[in-house]
Amino acid sequence: MADELVLLDTCVSMFGMRVRIALAEKGIKYEYKEQDLTNKSELLLKMNSINKKIPVLIHNGKPICESLIIVQYIDEVWNDRSPFLPSDPYQRAQARFWADFFDQKAVYAVGKKLVTTKGEEQEAAKKEFLEIYKTMERELGEKPYFGGEKFGYVDIALITFYSWFYVYETLEKFSMEAECPKIVAWAKRCMQKESVAKTLPDQKKVYKRVLELYGLK
Amino acid sequence: MASEDTVKLLGFWASPFSRRVEWALKLKGVDYEYVEEDIFNKSSLLLELNPVHKKVPVLVHHQKVISESYVILEYIDETWKQSPLLLPQDPHERAKARFWARFGEEKLLLASSGAMWSLGEEKERLLKLAIEAMEKIEEEIKGKEFFGGESIGYLDVALGWISYWLPVWEEVGSIQILDPLTFPATTSWAKNFLNHPIIKDNLPPRQKMIPYFHERSKFFSSLPPGWIKI
Repeated sequence: MADELVLLDTCVSMFGMRVRIALAEKGIKYEYKEQDLTNKSELLLKMNSINKKIPVLIHNGKPICESLIIVQYIDEVWNDRSPFLPSDPYQRAQARFWADFFDQKAVYAVGKKLVTTKGEEQEAAKKEFLEIYKTMERELGEKPYFGGEKFGYVDIALITFYSWFYVYETLEKFSMEAECPKIVAWAKRCMQKESVAKTLPDQKKVYKRVLELYGLK
Repeated sequence: MASEDTVKLLGFWASPFSRRVEWALKLKGVDYEYVEEDIFNKSSLLLELNPVHKKVPVLVHHQKVISESYVILEYIDETWKQSPLLLPQDPHERAKARFWARFGEEKLLLASSGAMWSLGEEKERLLKLAIEAMEKIEEEIKGKEFFGGESIGYLDVALGWISYWLPVWEEVGSIQILDPLTFPATTSWAKNFLNHPIIKDNLPPRQKMIPYFHERSKFFSSLPPGWIKI
């Protein structure tokens, strides 16, 4: 029986992008269904009745929700190629820890504060934002990828947020390259991968959209 | 016993997070050395082992350090492959277990503990969220003895705090979330869970929990409102 895969997502979602990169890395074919979150489809409400959020991967009619849970699922089902997680339990624990750390820090929310607030609140957001990335930079160290020699789980978790770097830098007048050079080098390395380059949007397009979204100049 | 086989767990007696790691280790029959941490006066050992979060639980195995309770649970399951297998074998069931563990933490636990110590409108708001989350948990456990099916598993261990910490929080906060009439399946599961021989012998003393959480409530309710992210 051929696998039937449907992805419920929005093209701008950095969480959805994680799943798209994971599917591309494994060379998996799927049907993409763009969702309107202001008018949620019956399918989305049925497949994720708990959170009503995207992304949702539907595999042979069964839903899987939460981007990192979906990425792990993909890795476990299509375990014959391009593994995202290492085989050693301790290395796996480290990967899960760091992806979880990044999500706990809610980079998206911090980044939003960075561009939409002013004064002390903005300064605090900027400090928090840079601290998160500097912590990740220390974890990366001299490795080409968070996964070591190979692009893996933590790389997938983080890289989708790279598409907003230009937004933060331009609006807040700082340079990620100056602040976190290894992270920027890592991101550019990831962008050499077809799965990432084809999934991540153009940074200038994101910038225009953010300006519209938040009514900024 | 060679020193590199030593398993050490840094925990705190009242923490549901370190307790769930103990349950997992005991279910697997893994010997470990327990080190009680005073989380109000953190040891240099804890700060060295978990510099990122500075929290318990922390597991040390073969001198390798693992923190964050859900990460530790998966590590335990993958390292000690003997029965019981905590996570389901089927990938879709595994994904569901991970989803519900996260839901329990992010929606039910935060709202319940928040409802315990907060006051007025905020208390009402969190109580409502906790009950809504409990409704979803109830649907999930209906018809099953354990979340893992016929035997105790990852999700039972992850949600086990509901059976013992929640009633304490309800008493301390003068709230009711796990109403047996509204949530008969969850209530029944909680009883089964507490009766499990491993769990029964691994619970913090209730008479210590009550004054402890009263103290914590006083502390949290004295903080400026709005910091709880739910």
